[in-house]
Amino acid sequence: MNTDVITDIAQAEEGTSLWQDAWVRLRKNHLAVFGLVVLVTMIVIALLTPWIAPYAYDAQNLDLGASPPSAAHWLGTDVFGRDLLTQIMYGGRISLAVGFIATSVALLIGVTWGAIAGYVGGRTDAIMMRLVDILYALPFMIFIVLLMVVFGRNMVLLFLAIGAVEWLTMARIMRGQVQSLRQQEFVEAAVSLGLSPATIIRRHLVPNALGPIIVYTTLTIPSVMLLEAFLSFLGLGIQPPQTSWGLLISYGAETMEEYPWLLIYPGLTLTITLFSLNFLGDGLRDALDVRGSKD
Amino acid sequence: MALLEVKDLAVSFVTRNGVNKAVDGISFSVESGKITAIIGESGSGKSVACYSMLGLVPMPPGRIDGGSALFNRQDLLQMSESELRKIRGRDIAMIFQDPMTCLNPYMRIGEQMIEPLVYHRGVSKAEAMARAVELLGEVGIRDPETTVNNYPHEFSGGMRQRVMIAMALINEPKLLIADEPTTALDVTIQAQILQLIADLQKSRDIGVIFISHDLAVVADIADEICVMQTGTIVEKGDRAAIFDHAEHPYTQKLLAAIPSGGKEDTVEHDDTLVRVENLRTWFNAEGQIVKAVDDVSFDIRRGEVLGLVGESGSGKSTIGRSLLRLVPVTGGTVTFDDTDVTALEGRALKDMRRRMQMIFQDPFASLNPRMTVFDTLAEPLLLHGIENRKSVAQAVLKLMDDVGLVRSAVRKYPHEFSGGQRQRIAIGRALATRPEFVVADEPVSALDVTIQAQILELMQELGREYGLTMLFVSHDLAVVRHLADRIIVLYQGRIVEEGSGEQLFTTPREAYTQQLLSAIPGHSLGSTPAVS
Repeated sequence: MNTDVITDIAQAEEGTSLWQDAWVRLRKNHLAVFGLVVLVTMIVIALLTPWIAPYAYDAQNLDLGASPPSAAHWLGTDVFGRDLLTQIMYGGRISLAVGFIATSVALLIGVTWGAIAGYVGGRTDAIMMRLVDILYALPFMIFIVLLMVVFGRNMVLLFLAIGAVEWLTMARIMRGQVQSLRQQEFVEAAVSLGLSPATIIRRHLVPNALGPIIVYTTLTIPSVMLLEAFLSFLGLGIQPPQTSWGLLISYGAETMEEYPWLLIYPGLTLTITLFSLNFLGDGLRDALDVRGSKD
Repeated sequence: MALLEVKDLAVSFVTRNGVNKAVDGISFSVESGKITAIIGESGSGKSVACYSMLGLVPMPPGRIDGGSALFNRQDLLQMSESELRKIRGRDIAMIFQDPMTCLNPYMRIGEQMIEPLVYHRGVSKAEAMARAVELLGEVGIRDPETTVNNYPHEFSGGMRQRVMIAMALINEPKLLIADEPTTALDVTIQAQILQLIADLQKSRDIGVIFISHDLAVVADIADEICVMQTGTIVEKGDRAAIFDHAEHPYTQKLLAAIPSGGKEDTVEHDDTLVRVENLRTWFNAEGQIVKAVDDVSFDIRRGEVLGLVGESGSGKSTIGRSLLRLVPVTGGTVTFDDTDVTALEGRALKDMRRRMQMIFQDPFASLNPRMTVFDTLAEPLLLHGIENRKSVAQAVLKLMDDVGLVRSAVRKYPHEFSGGQRQRIAIGRALATRPEFVVADEPVSALDVTIQAQILELMQELGREYGLTMLFVSHDLAVVRHLADRIIVLYQGRIVEEGSGEQLFTTPREAYTQQLLSAIPGHSLGSTPAVS
């Protein structure tokens, strides 16, 4: 009894939260750790690009033209003599930003929307989810093309457009999670304590529903990046002289017979990033799976 | 020669936290025509012991470390999977706790029943079907010729367990392993199933291993009893030896934990705290109106413990939730200290919630797994402005003391506690706001028996200390009798009988109450279990 009597919370031994548990499991998954390391490296490079890039992103060397990889230009140059490595680094900033920002937009809207629909239920739920169904049914390409035509090609708009599409699935997942969680007694306990619905959603439902949402997020980022690549490929995305991986691949594809490196290196970068995200997503799914924790 | 002779069986599980010895060298035997009960709390290894003999423990992580299990002079532990498969379902059959998960919901029960017969014996389908019908009749299924073509969901829980038993018997096994076969059932159904197992075992002269956490359940039927604790058999003997001259302290503890007798200090209370009048709570289930609570009126007096007893579907939990406004009330009034609770909204409702709280059944579901004990206990205190950010720490530590948890565990998460400790946290949360009235909804039915006794004691203690008025909802008459001043018996949403604990138990007026009382397991124990 003596050693157990403490007088302040800070003296108590810290417990292991489920998040910490999941982290321990994730660390044992080599592929997921590899994915995480690659991603962090990519993000760090993207952030530091203006300082570490070998050339300025718009520096042309028309005399040189397209040249294969060399000591001066590690990944070669494009037809205007621009350094490909620099292009990929700057393109990565845009691609990663689109991936993460658009996904965050989707996350924010989807989680809020789904949590409210799932918790309130009844008619509110029906109306909210029918709206999601209707948006699902809209042809995505037409939606984007319309936006681009009306408002012009604009980065912010691109984020919003992609986010506005991706949140739908997020909302559905969240709603399903919340619906099953709200049957649990700890939610009933929260109601009987007198907590407001907003607090119950924020403190009790969202943290418990996050597992599948995080997994889905890591799988959404690659699909968003692919979308951007696809839109850029069609000429609806990023405008030169700004560039993105999708745009680089699109140019590379046009000239792949003469200058194959212009397609190979951007393509490789995108592929590695997407693989990393997928590895991480798979690892997270295993790590966050509650059934796995009962060993 | 015994039918099954288990010697020094040892099974362990290899986990990332090391090797866990689930079964640590146990020996017991089962005779034909006898029921051997294996009793133990969760984690004692009672199920693992039986499953490992039949090759039903996944390996890895499971591992058989040694021992032998001679069945008909053959060692089950040395058999290959294909040899075992021939024995399982033919010579040794099993029935499980939850019949619903063991029956394929998409197959008619007749089809499922004849599967082992056709598979193991090569009997023709028509012949097998006739056998299935015959057996369903034997286990007490009415009208077996037609019900044999029903799907599992068309049976009630008790009927499904009968179907499972018929299914287990279809191959004329010599040994039946029943793993908690009545735990998921209501008491009256439980009594019927226990009787059925005992009858079948006698008429067919088979050996039965009956696995249970509850000594009282096996008191009437077991011939031999093995008491298991943390992987070892601490005591075994025939029924009389265990119940009358238990030697091992753990067995004595188990016996003492069987709730018995009435409440010691029943007091007459006359000041009404909660008045329930014509309460109706109806649910709309797919267009059909389910009258979960139908025109129920009663009073709860200040300071008393009112027991609410009934089987599943009696509406007992719904009444508790209706009083606390956790489910929408269809009609009637609930007056709490002169305020009609059913009419409260917003701020007034929130203030009322501070005065009435709930303790839930399942401590694994009633705590938010992502919140530390501190967060869980501090939440109500801060929400109702009882404590401020500075003073809340001391209040939480005081609560920890009150419910018997060590203070140093305050920053741990629910999954780091055992079931009993979790229930203590949940009790602490309910009492944090110093409520006057608490609804306890089956607060101990998810717990092991010895833990159950501790939690009940804690609740009585805190009830006195906090001056609580309590509505104690339970399916377990013995527990309610032990705790309640007055008892209300419910059946299908209506009150059947109301009276003081002693009156109800000694001179029940209604036939349904009498039926419930006679179904309480452990009659051969008498009113007080013998503990030396």
